[in-house]
Amino acid sequence: MDSLWLVPALPLAGFLVLFVTQGKLPDRVVAFVGAGSVGLAALVALGVGWQFVGSGEASFALPLWTWIAVGDFTPSVTLYLDSLSLVMTGVITGVGFLIHLYATGYMWQDHEEPKGYSRFFAYMNLFVFAMLMLVLGDNLLTLFLGWEGVGLCSYLLIGFYHRDPANGYAARKAFVVTRVGDTLMALGLFLLFWEFKTLEVQAILADAGALTPGMATAIGLLLLGGAVGKSAQVPLQTWLPDAMAGPTPVSALIHAATMVTAGVYLIARMQDVYLLSADAQHYVAVVGLVTLLISSFTALTQTDIKRILAYSTMSQIGYMFMALGVGAWSAAIFHLMTHAFFKALLFLASGSVILALHHEQDIFKMGGLWKKLPIPFWSMAIGSAALVALPFTSGFASKDAILLTAYENGGWLYWGGGVLAAGMTALYTTRMMILTFFGETKTEPHDDSKANMWLPLIVLAALSIGGGWFGIAVLADLLGPVGTFNHFTPLALATMAVPLLGILIGWLVFTGRVRVGGLVESGLGRGLRRFWHGGWGFDWVYDRVFVKPFIAAARINKNDVVDLVFRVTAAIARGLHYIGALTQTGRLRWYAANMAIGLVLVFLIVLEVF
Amino acid sequence: MAIEVPVFHVLMLAGILFLLGLAGVLVRRNIMFLLMSLEVMMNAAGLAFIAAGAVWGQPDGQIMFMFILALAAAEVAVALGIVLQISRRFDTLDIDAASDFNG
Repeated sequence: MDSLWLVPALPLAGFLVLFVTQGKLPDRVVAFVGAGSVGLAALVALGVGWQFVGSGEASFALPLWTWIAVGDFTPSVTLYLDSLSLVMTGVITGVGFLIHLYATGYMWQDHEEPKGYSRFFAYMNLFVFAMLMLVLGDNLLTLFLGWEGVGLCSYLLIGFYHRDPANGYAARKAFVVTRVGDTLMALGLFLLFWEFKTLEVQAILADAGALTPGMATAIGLLLLGGAVGKSAQVPLQTWLPDAMAGPTPVSALIHAATMVTAGVYLIARMQDVYLLSADAQHYVAVVGLVTLLISSFTALTQTDIKRILAYSTMSQIGYMFMALGVGAWSAAIFHLMTHAFFKALLFLASGSVILALHHEQDIFKMGGLWKKLPIPFWSMAIGSAALVALPFTSGFASKDAILLTAYENGGWLYWGGGVLAAGMTALYTTRMMILTFFGETKTEPHDDSKANMWLPLIVLAALSIGGGWFGIAVLADLLGPVGTFNHFTPLALATMAVPLLGILIGWLVFTGRVRVGGLVESGLGRGLRRFWHGGWGFDWVYDRVFVKPFIAAARINKNDVVDLVFRVTAAIARGLHYIGALTQTGRLRWYAANMAIGLVLVFLIVLEVF
Repeated sequence: MAIEVPVFHVLMLAGILFLLGLAGVLVRRNIMFLLMSLEVMMNAAGLAFIAAGAVWGQPDGQIMFMFILALAAAEVAVALGIVLQISRRFDTLDIDAASDFNG
């Protein structure tokens, strides 16, 4: 288990190699370094995980070095492995490697960017390193380092095609919006340090009982603020749909499988703090419930395939937050894992479709692709089945556990909201599948993908189906039982039936068997559609409340009033300079005379004449 | 036999020589005379060192003079090069002609 340090070190080494060579390596070597470093990390992680599970210990800490030592404040860089971080490490390196492998094919033809291939893998490797530091760090400071590191990589990769100013805008938006959450989180860390005089996670959790309820609520809510920003939950969710400007493997890795689930990890990691404060935990559940409802309705009206998946990611993370809020800790992490499988699969499959259609992302311009793109079609179908939580898929195992626990611990409201959103999920997924793969062909696809692109799809498809069994068998040992449920109570049957109903309605409506044109084109229908399409007006409100006033204020203060102080200082220095320059006449004898006068003055002073 | 010269006289002579040299530097405009005046100033300083060395019976004063000689030789080597350049460029030896290098 001592080789645990290799897991984050390998992607870092890959990043350094690609960074130092500055795109001078041939593309094949870049692919080898970029995907290979993560692949090796996945192998090491597998070995370490095997040993860890075999050892039967609850946790394993590997101290590396002391970061800084300032008085009593000596944060150490320690890797900490327990069941939670092991699951996260497995997802990051395993799914991460599959996505890297896919990206070696996806980015291959992408010569829009000079040296883009190398730059892409450098950022991706740096991301994997930062994400691993986030989950393996035993210290909240190390966690925060990884937290900001993944934010940076997210920014760099969203704006990867930087020639289009819109992509740069999307990248800045993601960076600034998540920074709002990060500020709250930093405040939460300050409070934790204030209370415990340390940021070691285990020390904090051991002493958490000493917190007053008010303090526990404050810390819980501040950390929730950070989690909300990173995981794109209401009210800081607006950046995620725009983040789809990045290449599709980026959307799969960062904006579906790993980074956006960092908030879930943070709350699960600090669960002892939340257990002390019913209020904070309640808000976690509320945030999740509101997000999953809003985003599943929004997804129904989107036309861009990647934006549909982005909203669907938001709503699935909403399920995880709701699970955390109602105390279904292991179900949340279970859903995190299965979601990483099937959402990465959906993104990669949609990437294959997009590539085959020459970067066409509008589902209304697709159609009839199911025979022409069999591997993407079947992958997407399996991923959709897991997303919709059809029985016998991984998504079913985890989502059912969340919904039934929500009913037991939270009541009708959470269960009803979750089931309603599950029905909407089935509806928009059916819409996406029918419009993309059935009906008449509107654009001819050109599929020239190789094994490095379809192999990850097949592996992820297998995981999307079988991941649930793995979760029940293995995760139950690691994280505690997800809960055993009787699937034949009326409630459980209803939970199971609603997605099927959604699929049925979707099939009837979107294949045109039931005409709903009148309803959709009525005044109310159009208004709702516009409202949902715009993401429930959040962008509109933020634009008017924050962005426009800020720009207006910046315009008024164009001359920068505060800067006046420094400009006055500069003016004084310049004036003195002109006075000094007057003595530089260029006349040698004048200089000599000055020196002589100075010498005389020095003598007079030394001789104490005056 | 050695004639004893009072040290005060020697220092007075050195001071007068130094002031003469300084006056030459300040008043003369011809660069050659300026350099010669500088030589006078340096030799005045050297004389003061010799006198001081003789008073305390130390060789340091004479060693210092040798340093001054070496310095003067080096200075002349550089200065004559500059003089040559000035005479070529400005066609005169007037030091005030070379006053472009002002602030």
